[in-house]
Amino acid sequence: MAKEIMLIGATSDVAQAMVHLIDRKTTHLWLVARNVERLEPLKTHVEITKAISVSLLESDVCEFEKNITLFEPIAPKIDEIYFFAGYLGHQEKAQTESAETLKIINTNFTGAVLILNVFAEAFAKKKSGIIIGISSVAGDRGRSSNYFYGSAKAGFSAYLDGMRQRLAKVGVHVMTVKPGFMATRMTRELDLPKLITASSEKAASVIFKAAKKKKNTVYVTTIWRFIMLVIRNIPEAIFKRISI
Amino acid sequence: MKKELISNWGNYPQIEAEVFKPDFVQEVNGLVKKEQAILARGNGRCYGDVALSKKIISTLSLNKVLAFDIESGIIRCQSGILLSDILAITVPKGFFLPVTPGTKFITLGGALASDVHGKNHHAEGCFSNHVLDFKLVTADGNTLACNRTKNAVIFWNTVGGMGRTGVITEVCFQLKKIETSYITSRNIKVKNLDEMLDLFDQSGDTTYSVAWMDCLKKGAHQGRGILMLGEHATLADLDLKKKKNPLALPKKIKLNVPLFFPGWVLNKFAVKAFNFLFYNKQRKKVNTSIIDYDKFFYPLDAILNWNRIYGKKGFTQYQFVLPKEGGKEGLKEILDTIGNAGEGSFLVVLKLFGKTEPLAKWSFPMEGYTLALDFKITLDTQDLINQLDDIVQRYKGRIYLSKDAFSRRSLSNVPTQVTSKFTSLQAERLGMI
Ligand SMILES: Cc1cc2nc3c(=O)[nH]c(=O)nc-3n(C[C@H](O)[C@H](O)[C@H](O)COP(=O)(O)OP(=O)(O)OC[C@H]3O[C@@H](n4cnc5c(N)ncnc54)[C@H](O)[C@@H]3O)c2cc1C
Ligand SMILES: NC(=O)c1ccc[n+]([C@@H]2O[C@H](COP(=O)([O-])OP(=O)(O)OC[C@H]3O[C@@H](n4cnc5c(N)ncnc54)[C@H](OP(=O)(O)O)[C@@H]3O)[C@@H](O)[C@H]2O)c1
Repeated sequence: MAKEIMLIGATSDVAQAMVHLIDRKTTHLWLVARNVERLEPLKTHVEITKAISVSLLESDVCEFEKNITLFEPIAPKIDEIYFFAGYLGHQEKAQTESAETLKIINTNFTGAVLILNVFAEAFAKKKSGIIIGISSVAGDRGRSSNYFYGSAKAGFSAYLDGMRQRLAKVGVHVMTVKPGFMATRMTRELDLPKLITASSEKAASVIFKAAKKKKNTVYVTTIWRFIMLVIRNIPEAIFKRISI
Repeated sequence: MKKELISNWGNYPQIEAEVFKPDFVQEVNGLVKKEQAILARGNGRCYGDVALSKKIISTLSLNKVLAFDIESGIIRCQSGILLSDILAITVPKGFFLPVTPGTKFITLGGALASDVHGKNHHAEGCFSNHVLDFKLVTADGNTLACNRTKNAVIFWNTVGGMGRTGVITEVCFQLKKIETSYITSRNIKVKNLDEMLDLFDQSGDTTYSVAWMDCLKKGAHQGRGILMLGEHATLADLDLKKKKNPLALPKKIKLNVPLFFPGWVLNKFAVKAFNFLFYNKQRKKVNTSIIDYDKFFYPLDAILNWNRIYGKKGFTQYQFVLPKEGGKEGLKEILDTIGNAGEGSFLVVLKLFGKTEPLAKWSFPMEGYTLALDFKITLDTQDLINQLDDIVQRYKGRIYLSKDAFSRRSLSNVPTQVTSKFTSLQAERLGMI
């Protein structure tokens, strides 16, 4: 069956790795990003090596109204939408500067929700489609080191959970991805522990396979499911006093 | 920016470097503008100190195909794509690389910057002979389109320029039409150097030719070895089974050397044993077969990380070329010197280069004999290379910068008028900054 896939945040390292996994069942690929001319080489590469046609779309997640008009006419054609865009931001800056706070919330939550709403309605109407949202383990419990990002991702996870329950009844699937550490541009300057850090290729492959199997919530590496289980269960009285 | 310890294929020397890995070509301009000194690096398959610098732009993520015309066989790619990836795309469509080195794990940018040669040099020249145009980010951070008429000076300074003119970001070149992905190969067992060089002369109209030589044999057997000749097989050459899928990609068989061998493993006795086996594996004088292109062009690629057999201290490859005139005597002197030093070399490869493009003045090849030898790094390496350099100099030859870590400046062939923006450890060693 012909299939159209859309990747939002297509410049992200994980999305780039995902493109290489896309197989011939896909007939058309939509790559969405800011400064989309960066993706011209990827477009020709996919067209030549996979014989899949590609469209590039320019969109900034934070331009709310514009996105709604941009995606409304396209959404009914799409079979699978992956939402990769995200912004880690600077925790300390966000504590004092509202512009940074808003940027974190708007990218990871508000902007994401407004775009995916368009797809949810279109998919509900045609009673098919898959929505894949890349959230984060950071949303599983707020922590002092990144609670702006964490809370925005928590909101995004809750949004995806609720939407999954609603749309399951009309044959639309929603999958939540909760990556732990991934070695990507977002974390390039951080010293991440190798053992619990996934490469972007590994992450892409886990996400791609899970979407095929219509999983509900996936942790990119199993170890993170346990790490977060522990973190979530630390009593607040103790949690308050430690820093992780 | 975190630093990494990097080295090239010889694992010697090593350098702590900041490695920038742009995901998008637009980032290259900014990096070049910002940094005072930087160098482009492909897949690090050169051997010595050339692709090393304190700040590096790795092109490995700039690896996309930009255009491919399956009628004309003209392809345009970003510079960081590996030749292995290009082959996987073009062979099923009936096109092969116009020139390929002995490994397919190099980038397109590296192929141009070293102006690589292959087994068909005598017939089809260097890689640059088949390049139509390329793009280069120059010292001011701007992108320049270069071909033989537009920015021609920069075009020819970049060919074989070892990255000293800028960062090559994309290359357009002409592929070669093939009927099948197989090679008709003919191996000839040769008893000494005289016979070898005669045979090279006689095989001028064979497309591919190269010889493996036993460098430890002395006297009447000096230079014994196996001459390997090849042609792209035509459909008519294939058996029924191969005819079903004449453009099949070779099966991947991957062996790996997971760890560095201890330094003592590879000694003179090991080299002797290897050479004996290699020479005597072939019983008949001439052995003809139809093999896939991996077996013919890239036998070493079948063993990942084979460079680790030389141990942690690494090894160097000494590749030189001597003009044909007087070259035979020069080769004999070199073989004598190596024999006397007792330094074994596993892989001794001999080839006769043909005519060269006069405008490609920084390319390594010149008409004559080229020999490549591997030496494990020891305290005596510099000394041995000084002796070899003396001989090469006397016979008016030159050495290949893409392999070099020890040779002298007077034997090298590099653009003289370059900026100090793009520097390498090698350029520093040779006092060319
Ligand atoms: C097993 C083996 C067999 C080989 N056989 C041959 C052979 O038969 N013939 C032959 O000619 N060579 C041969 N080589 C050498 C190899 O082909 C060259 O060294 C080649 O340049 C390596 O390409 P690379 O992409 O790994 O580049 P690197 O090793 O990373 O770089 C090599 C040089 O190219 C420059 N460079 C790389 N990319 C760019 C770019 N985008 N823009 C500007 N400069 C750039 C670097 O600065 C450096 O000076 C062989 C090497 C190996 C390991
Ligand atoms: N890396 C990790 O350890 C980790 C862990 C958990 C979750 N995640 C999540 O995984 C997802 C993928 O991230 P990554 O790790 O692959 O990092 P990345 O390479 O930095 O990707 C982030 C992507 O988001 C895009 N983006 C940011 N703000 C945007 C905006 N306003 N409009 C449009 N696009 C915007 C970026 O586009 P530009 O190229 O234009 O900047 C980039 O493509 C993100 O949602 C991230 O939050 C990452």
